[in-house]
Amino acid sequence: MLGLLAGLDMPSTGHVEIAGQVIDTLDEDGRALLRARMVGFVFQNFQLLQGLTALENVMLPLELAGDASAAAVASELLQRVGLASRGHHYPRQLSGGEQQRCAIARAFACRPRLLFADEPTGNLDQKTGQHIIELLFELNREQGATLIMATHDEPLSGRCDRRLHLAGGRLVMDDGLSND
Amino acid sequence: MTNRGGLFTDGRYAWRMLLRDWHSGELRILALALVIAVSSVTSVGFFVERIQKGMDQQAAELLAADLVVSASAPLNSTFMEMAQQLYLLQAKTMAFRSVVMTDGEPQLVEVKAVSDAYPLRGELRVADVAFGLDKVTDRGPQPGEVWVESRLLQLLAIAVGDELSLGSSSLRVGRVLVYEPDRGGDVFAIAPRLMMHIEDVAATGLIQHGALVKYQLLLAGQGQDPSDAIKAYRQWFEQQSLTGQRLLGTRDGRPELRTALERAQRFLGLAVLISVFLAGVAIATATRRFSQRHLDTSAIMRCLGAGQDRIIRLFLLELLWLALLASSLGCLLGYVAQFGISQLLDRLLLVQLPVAGWQALLTGYVTGIILLLGFALPPLLALRRVPPLRVLRRDLDATPVGSGLVYGGIVLSMAILMYWQIGEITLVLWMISGFLATLASLALFAYAMVLLLGRVRHRASLSWRFGLANIARRRAASIVQVVALGIGIMALLLLSIVRTDLLEGWRDNLPVDAPNHFLINVQKSQVDAVQQFLHEQGVTSAQLYPMVKARLQHINDHAVSREDYTDGRAQHLVAREFNLSWVAEQQADNRIVEGQWWGDADHGKRLMSLEQGLAKTLGIRIHDRLGFTLNGEEQVFEVSSLRAVDWDSFNINFFTVVPPSVLEDQPSSWVTSVYLSPSQRHILAPLVRSFPNVTVIDVATIMARVRHVMDRVALAVEFVFIFTLLAGLVVLFSAIQANQDERRHEGAILRALGAQRGILLWGQISEFTVLGAVAGLLAGVSATALAYVLAEKVFHFSYLFNPLVIVAGLLFGVVVVGVSGVLGTRSVLSQSPLVTLRAG
Repeated sequence: MLGLLAGLDMPSTGHVEIAGQVIDTLDEDGRALLRARMVGFVFQNFQLLQGLTALENVMLPLELAGDASAAAVASELLQRVGLASRGHHYPRQLSGGEQQRCAIARAFACRPRLLFADEPTGNLDQKTGQHIIELLFELNREQGATLIMATHDEPLSGRCDRRLHLAGGRLVMDDGLSND
Repeated sequence: MTNRGGLFTDGRYAWRMLLRDWHSGELRILALALVIAVSSVTSVGFFVERIQKGMDQQAAELLAADLVVSASAPLNSTFMEMAQQLYLLQAKTMAFRSVVMTDGEPQLVEVKAVSDAYPLRGELRVADVAFGLDKVTDRGPQPGEVWVESRLLQLLAIAVGDELSLGSSSLRVGRVLVYEPDRGGDVFAIAPRLMMHIEDVAATGLIQHGALVKYQLLLAGQGQDPSDAIKAYRQWFEQQSLTGQRLLGTRDGRPELRTALERAQRFLGLAVLISVFLAGVAIATATRRFSQRHLDTSAIMRCLGAGQDRIIRLFLLELLWLALLASSLGCLLGYVAQFGISQLLDRLLLVQLPVAGWQALLTGYVTGIILLLGFALPPLLALRRVPPLRVLRRDLDATPVGSGLVYGGIVLSMAILMYWQIGEITLVLWMISGFLATLASLALFAYAMVLLLGRVRHRASLSWRFGLANIARRRAASIVQVVALGIGIMALLLLSIVRTDLLEGWRDNLPVDAPNHFLINVQKSQVDAVQQFLHEQGVTSAQLYPMVKARLQHINDHAVSREDYTDGRAQHLVAREFNLSWVAEQQADNRIVEGQWWGDADHGKRLMSLEQGLAKTLGIRIHDRLGFTLNGEEQVFEVSSLRAVDWDSFNINFFTVVPPSVLEDQPSSWVTSVYLSPSQRHILAPLVRSFPNVTVIDVATIMARVRHVMDRVALAVEFVFIFTLLAGLVVLFSAIQANQDERRHEGAILRALGAQRGILLWGQISEFTVLGAVAGLLAGVSATALAYVLAEKVFHFSYLFNPLVIVAGLLFGVVVVGVSGVLGTRSVLSQSPLVTLRAG
C-alpha cells in the first residue's frame, strides 16, 4: 500500500495522485523526482546505506536535491534526533533505536510534504519504539508534514488523525478526520 | 534440523539445496566459472596430450625409433626377446669406421649397417646421382649394395652403379644417400657415410675382436597408442642394472630438438596454468558472493539447531554436487572443443595427430574439485560462524575467516594444480612467487587507492560521490574487485605478450637464414682459402672456429675413468675426445650462469669455460682444475665460467672454450656454419672438389623439423589462448557481479529517496571506469614485469620492454570494465525499488 502511494510500485488498476499529479503516468525518473521533492520514508528495517556514516546517510536526500548546505542541515537534524555525537559512526555501530532515529532524520532532511512510515517500530523493543514514535510525531508537527503510517499497533494508530483499516486487501473502515 | 544427519541424508538434503539454489539463480555464476575452468583445463589437457604425442612422434623420427638400446658390444638375445614379448617392432644397426678402396685409393668412411626394418620411424631420402634431387624411399639398402653420400662419390671419383671394396667384400653403389633420420647424433662425424645391409657385414671380415663398433637395437610400438609398451620396456630396462648398454628415448635425440620440445612444453604449461589460475579467481569471487547470500540461510539453520559443522558439511556437499555436475559438463565440452580444433589443425598441418587418452578427464575432475576446495572453501567457512542472532539483526555478518587460511588454501591448491599440470618445480616456484607478488602488489595498491578515495570522497560531486565514493565505502569488496579485475586483465595481457613477444623471441632464435650447413675439418692452412671461396660464391661470410682434439685425464688431479660414473652420458663423454676451441668474445647465444667471461688481460691464461650441462653431468664445479692431453702432452685448465648454450640456435657452439693465445700452436681443425639458399646448394660440389678433406653437413632437414615444432606450438598456444580468454572474461564478469546485491540494494534506497536514473548511471560509470583504470594500470605493469621474468628466467631470451602493454592495460580496463560493469549491473537501474527493498 505504502509502496503504491509513494510511487515505488505501480497500480494494476486505478490511479495514485500526489499533490494533483497522477503519478502512475510518470516514468520511473519522473516519480523519483517527485519523491525527491515531496516524499520522505521511514522503513521497518531502517534501510540505511551500510557504507555511509550516519551523517552521510542523512545528507543523501539533500545531496540528491542539490542542497549546497547538506552537511550543515544534516548535522542539525542529527542533533535534533539526539545523534550529534554519533554522526561519524557507521550503521553497524549503532543500536536499532539509533539506526531508526538516523532514518527519521534522513526522512525529514528534505522537509517532505508527505512522510511514509512502514511499521517504524516493528524492529524495536517497546521502550525504544515509544521514543521513536514520540520523535516522529514531534518532527512531523514541527515540519507540518503529512505522516502516513502503516502499522499493526492499535494504540499507535489511535494517535493518528485518520485511520484506514485494511483487511484482506480491502478497505473495511475509515475513521474519518476524528479530531477535526 | 539436528546435528546428526548421516552422510547419505545430508547428501540428499544438499542435493535439494542445490536444486533450490539453482532455481533461484544463486549458483549460475559459480557453475559457469566451474564449467569454463574444467572445460578449458580438459580441452587443453586433451589437446596438449595429443600435441605432445605428435611431437614425440616427430622426435621419434630423429631416433628412427621410439626407443634405442645402444651398446659397444653385440646385444644378447634378452633385449630382443623382451621387445618381442611387448610386441615392439625391431630393427638392428651397427656403426663403425672403416676404409673403402677403389683402384687402390683408400678413403675413411662411417659405415652404418642396417637390417630390413630400418628405419622404424622417419624415412630415408635418396638420389640417383651425386648432389641430385632427393626422394623418399621405403626400404634401406639390400644385401650386395651400399648407399653412399654424394661427397664420397666425389672423393672416390665414382658414380652410382660402380663397385667399391669394403674389407674382403666388393659391393655395388646402389643409390646416393641424402638423409637418414637418426644421422643427427653424429653430425660432426668426420668421414662420409656409407650405408649397407647388416647381413653383408660378416663377409667383409671387418668386425674383429676389439673393433670399435656401436650396436643399436631400434624399437617402436605398434598401433594407435604405442607408449604403454615403450614405457614397459623402459621400466624393464631400468631394472636390469646394466652398465654396457644405454637407452635413448625420444627426448635424448638431438639437443636442439630436445630444447625445442622443452620450451614447447613450458609455453603450453604456462598457458594452462594461467587459465587454471583465472578460473580459481573466478570461483573464489563467485563463492564469496554465494556465501554472502547464504548468511541468512545459515543463521536460520543455526536457529533451528544445526551445528557449525553440519552447516559447513551441507554447503560443502552442495558445492561438491555442483563440482561433479559442472566438471562432467566441462569435460564433455572440453572433449568436443579439442576434437573440433584438432580436426582443423590436422588439415592445417597435414599430419594426423594421435588420439587423446582419457587422462585429461581425470585431470578435469581433479582440477574441478581442487579448485573448488582451494578457492571456494575459505569463503564458505565463514558461513559456519554466522551468529543465529542474524535472524533478528540483519546487519550481523559472520566473523571473517583468517586470511592465512584463505591464502594458504589458495596457494596450496595452486601449487598442487601447477605441479600436476607441468611437473616442473622451478617453473611452479617462479609462477607461484610471480602470482603472489602480483596479488600482494595489486592488493597493496588497491588498498592505497581506497584510502586515497576515502579522503577525497567528502569533496566529490554528487555523481562521483555515488560512484567514486562507492569504491572507498566498500573498502574490502573494492580491494577484492581490483585484484580480481587486475588479475583477469593481467592474464589477458600476459597471454598476448606470450603469444607475440615470447613466441617471436623464440622463433628469432632460428631465423629463416639461420646457418643450415656446417663445414668441418677445415685445416688451419685452408682457413683463408675457404673464406675466400665462400665470399666469391656470394655466401655471407661466416666466422671459422678452431678445434683442438683433447682427452680429459684429470679433474683436480684425480684421474678420470669411465668407472667413476654410472650415468651413461657421462661414461660416453669421458671416453671420447673433446673439441677445445678458443674465442675472445662470448657468443651471442651463450649465457654465463656462473663465474665470469675472460677479459683481454686473461688471454694466454689456461682458463676454460664449460657448458653447464656437461659440467653437471661430469660433476665439475667452477674453479676445478681439468687436465687434458693434447698431442701427448698434458695441460691443466682452471674452470673460470659455466655457460648455458641455446642449442636450438644452430650456431656453432662448444662444450669447452679457452681464451685466445693458449692453443694456437697446437694442430687444429676449423669449423664454420653457413646459410645456403636452395639456389646456392650447387656450390657444394666445387667446394668439396677444391677442399677434399672438408666435410659438409646439411642440417636443413633437422632445422625444418625444429621450425615445424615451433609452428605447432604457436598454433597450440593460440588455441589455449581462446580458453584463457574465456576464463579471463569470467573473472571480469564475476568480479563485476561480486557486489551486485549490495549495489542493487543501495540503488533501490537511492531511488526511493528520489535519485534519478542519470545520477545512478553516472555513479556506476564513474565507479567502474575508475576501478577498471586502476586494475588495468596495475595489470599492465604486472604483466610487463612477469613477462620480463618469464622471458629472462624461464624461456631464456631477452625481453624488450614495451610501454604499449601498460597503455593497453589501462585502456582495456577503462573501456571493458567500464562498459561491461555498467551493462552487467543495469538491473540496478531498471528494477523496481520496492521489490529490492522488500527483499533487503
